[in-house]
Amino acid sequence: MTPPEPYLGVVDHTPVRHHILSVLVENKAGVLARIAGLFARRGFNIYSLAVAPAESNARFSRVTIVVDAESAPLEQIVGQLDKLVNVVAITDISPKDALERELLLATIKTDVDNRTSLLDIIASAGAAIVDVDAKSVTVMLAATPGNCDEFEKALEGFSDVELHRTGRVALPRLGKTAHAY
Amino acid sequence: MQLSGAQALIKSLEQQGVDTIFGLPGGAILPVYDPLIDSSIRHILVRHEQGAGHMAEGYALATGRPGVAMVTSGPGATNIVTPIGNAHMDSTPLVVVTGQVASAAIGTDAFQECDITGITMGITKHNFLVKSAQEIPRAVAAAFHLATTGRPGPVLIDVPKDITQSTMDWWYPSTVDEYDLPGYRPEVALDQEAVERAIALINASERPVLYVGGGTLKSRASKELLAFAERTTMPVVTTLMARGAFPDSHDQHLGMPGMHGMYSAVTAIQKCDLLISLGARFDDRVTGKIPAFAPHAKVIHVDIDRAEFNKVRFADVAIQSNVAPVLRAWDAGSATPHNLDVWWKEIRSWQEQYPLFYEEPLADGPLRPQHVIEAIGAKAEPGTIVSAGVGQHQMWASQYWKFEEPGTWINSGGAGTMGFGVPAAIGAKVGRPDRTVWCIDGDGCFQMTAQELVTARAEGIPIKVAILNNAYLGMVRQWQEMFYEERYSEVYLSADLPDYVKWAEAMGCVGLRATNLKQMHEVIDEANAINDVPVVIDFRTDSSEKVFPMVAAGASNDDIQVHPLQRGGAK
Repeated sequence: MTPPEPYLGVVDHTPVRHHILSVLVENKAGVLARIAGLFARRGFNIYSLAVAPAESNARFSRVTIVVDAESAPLEQIVGQLDKLVNVVAITDISPKDALERELLLATIKTDVDNRTSLLDIIASAGAAIVDVDAKSVTVMLAATPGNCDEFEKALEGFSDVELHRTGRVALPRLGKTAHAY
Repeated sequence: MQLSGAQALIKSLEQQGVDTIFGLPGGAILPVYDPLIDSSIRHILVRHEQGAGHMAEGYALATGRPGVAMVTSGPGATNIVTPIGNAHMDSTPLVVVTGQVASAAIGTDAFQECDITGITMGITKHNFLVKSAQEIPRAVAAAFHLATTGRPGPVLIDVPKDITQSTMDWWYPSTVDEYDLPGYRPEVALDQEAVERAIALINASERPVLYVGGGTLKSRASKELLAFAERTTMPVVTTLMARGAFPDSHDQHLGMPGMHGMYSAVTAIQKCDLLISLGARFDDRVTGKIPAFAPHAKVIHVDIDRAEFNKVRFADVAIQSNVAPVLRAWDAGSATPHNLDVWWKEIRSWQEQYPLFYEEPLADGPLRPQHVIEAIGAKAEPGTIVSAGVGQHQMWASQYWKFEEPGTWINSGGAGTMGFGVPAAIGAKVGRPDRTVWCIDGDGCFQMTAQELVTARAEGIPIKVAILNNAYLGMVRQWQEMFYEERYSEVYLSADLPDYVKWAEAMGCVGLRATNLKQMHEVIDEANAINDVPVVIDFRTDSSEKVFPMVAAGASNDDIQVHPLQRGGAK
């Protein structure tokens, strides 16, 4: 008998049936824990999550949650989320009606051999160089999550890459409205 | 007016009309216990914080008003976590005040510090960590508002010691707007279109069942339910949480559905063409195997909590509302099913074929637990309140007691908390001192919280406790007998250890014992004659007695098992 393998994680791509919930919450201590705890205990999967103070009002924060609508019906996720007293409003943006953007920062170690190919990748992805020294380059890409995925994949050929992504934020496309709950 | 935070807290509770707090003091809550001396609020000093929580629940379930408990930080707070979880599962309005270490000490692993707002995040409707004395009135007012509106539930207020010791300028919020709850909207306008669609389903139905849950009691809709049921002649089932919402004596009442429900109630749901859920949540103890539950039924689901819709069972029509307005709207719209004579004929045949059944008790004992409950019920005055722990005795109490009105059945449903019965009975008696309160308990449950009988005696709360002493953790024993080939593992408790009569006497109660039928009647009469101190009766019951009917866990409700002597069609 062999013991089961420890969980090493899997490289996740955006779930096929994902939804973007834009959640306005009271800017109070513990609110994020309430949301995270709710998702954990109800077995809902969060794909990504981004938080920042809300536009125009210091009393509120906006949490953008990409949920896996395979893990639970969206109606359940929204219904349970709405019961959190600190949750003020929930809008659901379906991916086809959404403008989604994400910020990616990456520092790549380079040498004379691969510097040119790296610069080509950066240029073709539309990324910007934000810092550079003799041995490495730091780049920034603000793009759709799909373009960020592609850029990340393109950097796989480099041996030493430190890469961070913010998780996405989203707004409805012009002429489309988000579903408010 | 300048007040200390502690004074403001007590004054805020007074503003909310609180007449009783169940609690136990300790370091972090000490400042609040000082102004309590000068308050009109009665404080019941419990012997364990779990007792305070369950008493507050019993008080709430018997009166319909929120129960209030107050304990100290750390272990005081963690000891009341079980009642908070229990109240959360059963949507019982509860306000729990916990002391907390001083603000500056939070996060330092200070003496008796624990993160009780973190611990109870998932089992409260909401909780607060109060950050300043000036905020205390708002926190209290908001807590009561949250606990009692929408889907009720427990709310916890954690108050650091420096906050109760500092001063504030007294104020009290006068409107809901001042509660600072921008995300809380418990009531929504009744969806008339959904009401109309429901009426169309009702009008088309030939085999409807009214599936009545605890929400009907919580929203005080019993009168409307009776009127609607009688006008439409529909059969009614009441879940474990809804016992008392519809009179057991009413001939349209089929009783309790579910794992240990009446054969007719379970089968009527299985065969119905329209299931009308009124404040019920399709709990697994009711549905059994979900794909096999009420397979022919369209579902109308009425609930104040929209997260219940389509959680377990798809609802053809979902109406987010309290129960009463919907029933009134259906009455106004003259919702009427087809003539139900054929349906009733079928239901009556199930009732006749498979009534509740147990074997005749033998004169010399052991006693039959079902018979003991019926005997207590026969000698109880109308309006008697019954509490229970969790297990076989609870199921028998629900099956064999005749509940006629709301607030007379106090039990732990969703959480299944053993030891709930005694403290809950004490809380119920405090809330309704005019009523007789019986706790139907098991010997296993009794041992978990019996120390609160000291509280009952000291505070002059004369409840009556019937221990159905079968010397076992009976429900577990039943499962081991039926599903584990009679391999009894860690379920034997002994009938004689402890000596329940001596234990009762040591706690200042009257202790009685009955081992045969003659004694059974005598001790019930004796207990009924005692109205000044608590009474505990040790009824020696048959260990092999099992709860029937029964649907095995995960089985279809179609595979309900009746009492062995009823099988093969014969009684």
